[in-house]
Amino acid sequence: MRIPLSWLREFAQVPADATAEDVMAELVKVGLEEEAVHRPTDSVQGPIVVGQVLSIVKEPQSNGKTINWCQVRVVPEGREQTLTGAGIDPSGVQGIICGAHNFVEGDKVVVTLPGAVLPGDFRISARKTYGHLSAGMIASVRELGIGEDHDGILVLSRIGLDPELGTDAMELLGLYDQAAEINVTPDRSYCFSIRGVAREYAHATGTVFTDPVSKVQVPTALSGGYGVKLNDDAPIYGKPGCDRFVARTVRGVDATRPTPPWMTSRLRLAGIRSISLPVDISNYVMLELGQPNHCYDLDKLAGDIVVRRATAGEKITTLDDKERTLDVEDLLITDESGPIGIAGVMGGAHTEVSDATTNVLVEAAHFDEVSIARARRRHKLPSEASKRFERGVDWQVADVAAQRVVDLLVELAGGTADEAGTDVGTAPDAVTIELPAEYAAARIGIDFTEEQILTSLEDLGAVVARTGSGYTVTAPSWRHDLETKDDLTEEIARLVGYDKIPATLPVAPPGRGLTRVQQQRRRLIQALADAGLTEVLAYPFVSKAANDTFGVPEEGAARKALKLANPISEEHGFLRTSVLPGLIEVAKRNHSRGFRDLALFEAGLVFLPGEKLGTSTIPPLGVKPSDEVLDGLYDGVPDQPLHLAAVLTGHDSPAAPGHAPRAWDWADAVDIARIAGDVLGVEVLVTQGRHQAFHPGRAAQLELRTGEVVGYAGELHPKLLAAHDMPARSVALELNADALFEAAADVIVARHISTYPVATQDVALVVAQDVPAGEVLAALREGAGELLEDVALFDVYAGKGIEEGKKSLAFSLRFRANDRTLTADEASAAREGAVAAAHERFGAVQR
Amino acid sequence: MTETLPDAAVPNPLDEAAITAAVDQAVAAIAAAATLDELKAVRLAHTGEKSALSLANREIGALPKDQKAAAGKLMGASRGRVNKALADRTVALEAENDARILVEETVDVTAAPRRRTAGARHPLSTLQDRVADIFVGMGWEIAEGPEVESEWFNFDALNFKPDHPARDMQDTFFVEPPEAHLLMRTHTSPVQVRSMLERELPIYVLCPGKVFRTDELDATHTPVFHQFEGLAIDKKLSMADLRGTLEHFARQMFGAEAQIRLRPNYFPFTEPSAELDIWHPGAKGGPSWIEWGGCGMVNANVLRAAGIDPDIYSGFAFGMGIERTLMFRNEVGDMRDMIEGDVRFSEHFGMEI
Repeated sequence: MRIPLSWLREFAQVPADATAEDVMAELVKVGLEEEAVHRPTDSVQGPIVVGQVLSIVKEPQSNGKTINWCQVRVVPEGREQTLTGAGIDPSGVQGIICGAHNFVEGDKVVVTLPGAVLPGDFRISARKTYGHLSAGMIASVRELGIGEDHDGILVLSRIGLDPELGTDAMELLGLYDQAAEINVTPDRSYCFSIRGVAREYAHATGTVFTDPVSKVQVPTALSGGYGVKLNDDAPIYGKPGCDRFVARTVRGVDATRPTPPWMTSRLRLAGIRSISLPVDISNYVMLELGQPNHCYDLDKLAGDIVVRRATAGEKITTLDDKERTLDVEDLLITDESGPIGIAGVMGGAHTEVSDATTNVLVEAAHFDEVSIARARRRHKLPSEASKRFERGVDWQVADVAAQRVVDLLVELAGGTADEAGTDVGTAPDAVTIELPAEYAAARIGIDFTEEQILTSLEDLGAVVARTGSGYTVTAPSWRHDLETKDDLTEEIARLVGYDKIPATLPVAPPGRGLTRVQQQRRRLIQALADAGLTEVLAYPFVSKAANDTFGVPEEGAARKALKLANPISEEHGFLRTSVLPGLIEVAKRNHSRGFRDLALFEAGLVFLPGEKLGTSTIPPLGVKPSDEVLDGLYDGVPDQPLHLAAVLTGHDSPAAPGHAPRAWDWADAVDIARIAGDVLGVEVLVTQGRHQAFHPGRAAQLELRTGEVVGYAGELHPKLLAAHDMPARSVALELNADALFEAAADVIVARHISTYPVATQDVALVVAQDVPAGEVLAALREGAGELLEDVALFDVYAGKGIEEGKKSLAFSLRFRANDRTLTADEASAAREGAVAAAHERFGAVQR
Repeated sequence: MTETLPDAAVPNPLDEAAITAAVDQAVAAIAAAATLDELKAVRLAHTGEKSALSLANREIGALPKDQKAAAGKLMGASRGRVNKALADRTVALEAENDARILVEETVDVTAAPRRRTAGARHPLSTLQDRVADIFVGMGWEIAEGPEVESEWFNFDALNFKPDHPARDMQDTFFVEPPEAHLLMRTHTSPVQVRSMLERELPIYVLCPGKVFRTDELDATHTPVFHQFEGLAIDKKLSMADLRGTLEHFARQMFGAEAQIRLRPNYFPFTEPSAELDIWHPGAKGGPSWIEWGGCGMVNANVLRAAGIDPDIYSGFAFGMGIERTLMFRNEVGDMRDMIEGDVRFSEHFGMEI
């Protein structure tokens, strides 16, 4: 909301030298946040004066254009020029070249004299042009920054002005005024008016507020006016869509009269374009009193006005000349011809006022917030009117606003008001709130005095009655946000000042610290960073194709995923089922910025919808739902496990003298998965795997001891890398971190540390080429029995000396007993047991 | 070099002058030896079997009995001098040799390769942990919840009326189909509701996490960002307690001099509500108040939605953006730096914040 200071001064005691910044600094104290300053003098500077065109000499140019060489008097005849400066003629007559032709000799115009500055840092000076010394400019509204019309010169008589020559035109056009723009929160609808903000300014500064309502003389009762019926047969939440309709008629209006500059200036500063006098008046009154209102061409209305809901398929052409199909929930203003306006949102084109209008019907009505909000959303028609109605308008101000419009139509448009008028509807019950005496003090932590409480509430406009245990407060009609004792508490604290609230530190009961899962997550993330990887946080928005590729191992299968109804881009319209697509995007971005060696990881949620998705209804607010309903809500929220993923490309370290970097390969991906398990104390088992995103021969399936598959690691599929413009041989892994957390032991039981000597034995086993070493190792471990302390694969060999299609696997076995020194025979026997198991399972033969 | 003494006659072991000359000659040769190899040759020449001193020594046996003692004494002392000179020179030359080897092994340490590279945490993730630690230190607990939520937890339970413009302010991502009433949470407040439903009273929890709004990414907006929200529900909590908690937290984050300011504001889920500003002495363009977040006393309707009696319990809540905090605390000028995952951004921070 933009507040022109001159307007605010009519109703609040704003110091004469206060700037918009000063006003905002006061308003922020009562919760109206500062947004911007609008001040014409920041871009326009004088001398800009009223001049009269004495003579025009038309001079055709070689380019076909004709320019005017004008003599313009800028001081009254017989008086001396008091302005001085380069290019200002002491005679009071300036010679000016002008290219526009919409003015004649004798017209009074706005002259920007040498030394003036116009918007865009356009500096005016006397300069030679078209063979003359042109000392100034005859200005258009566009050049002055006060309108879009650049067709020609601003001729003052056309806006109803006949000022003395030499008059300061900036004063005349309201260019010395300025506006403070504030942010109005949705609860404070009354601050979408000068009236409301002036009241808040008075609160903030402790000064006197003059209610603009008090300046309007309203007839005590209206009758005999235009026929209006309120026929809402489908109220929303039981509230009628329209509960007050004031209609007034003014006849003999001249709609073509110019809007006076003081009004256009204020409207402009408030951000509203001047359209025509009746429309400008309507907008002016809306801004001043917060009551949206509408002027109809009375002669285009047919029969009684009826406010009702739309019927199916009904249509209206609105003021913006668009035909709109109406919804049965839309509240309409209609006459015998059909809809003439979507109530509170936008009027119809057929009945709008035009230059030809002479008789006007003024509507000032009160509509239900929800009804207007829904219509606005449905038709995507945010308007100044709907903005106010959907937040709530003062029921009591409708007749005042209508009267103010009538008064201005009479005063400025030459109309005559009809005595008769219409005012139908029923006032809502006033809201009364019981406020216990000590309540506000307990909630805020300030010992408010009774006087502070009474003064604050009465300053708001509330009526307060002292009761035995507190106060009975009747909220003012414009404060729809005041419903509870907490609302009143905020008002008291706000007016006394939030800066008066002391600071006390409450002590929480002894806590348990981070939960186990929170600790596990931190350890996991830190471990990967410690291992040399860089953490990134990618967006969870992905394409369907990305989910179908990364979210499911089998090629051709579609991944069930959540789709966004309103994504930022359709290309990324789904929620991720895998963290890898986002990581690959980030890797590509880094790669394109010249970083070839990358090791990136992310721990983030993935979204895995199951059978049940959400709930068809949601319970109302302000009440705890039943356990059954709550269970339904919980169950409807899709599974969202934490996944850990990493992408590595390039080398593990930069090249340096005496150091050969190692290219990341599939084994690094497997290794990082194992580190993830290690730091959580969970064994991650590796088996040969298949996943469409990975190289078919270089993918590990990662499993828990239980056999649960928890992820994949290995080299990304070459075709996929090529399709994504990623370097060949890039590797990746993805793990379900939640599954790892769950698999971790609650308590780790210590192992006995034997100090007896170790007995090591190596064994080389020949097996078929396709036998996984990991499985042979597992067989050795099982066959060796409990004397085996550790076993490790240390070499794989195929070639000379080994039969075609076979390979030799060399293992070192470490034996130790808990209670004695092993003999060579014991160690050998254990080794034989191990080899026998490998032989039995894989036909392994000792080399 | 071999030391031969071709003309040397065997000196008489009783001839003190001749023996001393031989010793002097040996000591001089020892001192002149520049390397261990030269010293070895000197040793052979002057103490070897064919050396003058060895040969003289051997003559003692042929002397008359009464002269043996004198000759023995002379020869013993003389050979002792030579041996000591040899031993001293050996130690000296060995030390020199060791030192030279070390000098020869000198490397250019400034050319050391980086064989291992430290990784990095994302500063948003580090900052989130830092904030959590401060509250855990105050006895609060950390609560978390899903990022795709039921509309009830995100709006209705928080007293957003179905048709109120406050819902529009949240620029919500909705999940299809609309009939399922699922959305991407627009704040971490649904976790507050879950906490109130699931925990024993009193409650002191911090709810950090990712939130989503339909803003296009630019220098100051991102559709995905992080928040931390605090919630305290206890008997007799007041706005002074809220202020005290925020002040304590601000001082942990920004130092003992940190100041906060509360301004009236509106949120459906709190009443009274306030905007929280923090004094930023180092702000670009001079010291100023910076908008940090929102806060207030938990709206009675929110307590009711969680089955908590507002006549017995009261509470306060607050919420701040982690991106915003990082922007002014660590002078990040552009939101996109935090979003794009450029490794330079995270690696500059390393594991710290």
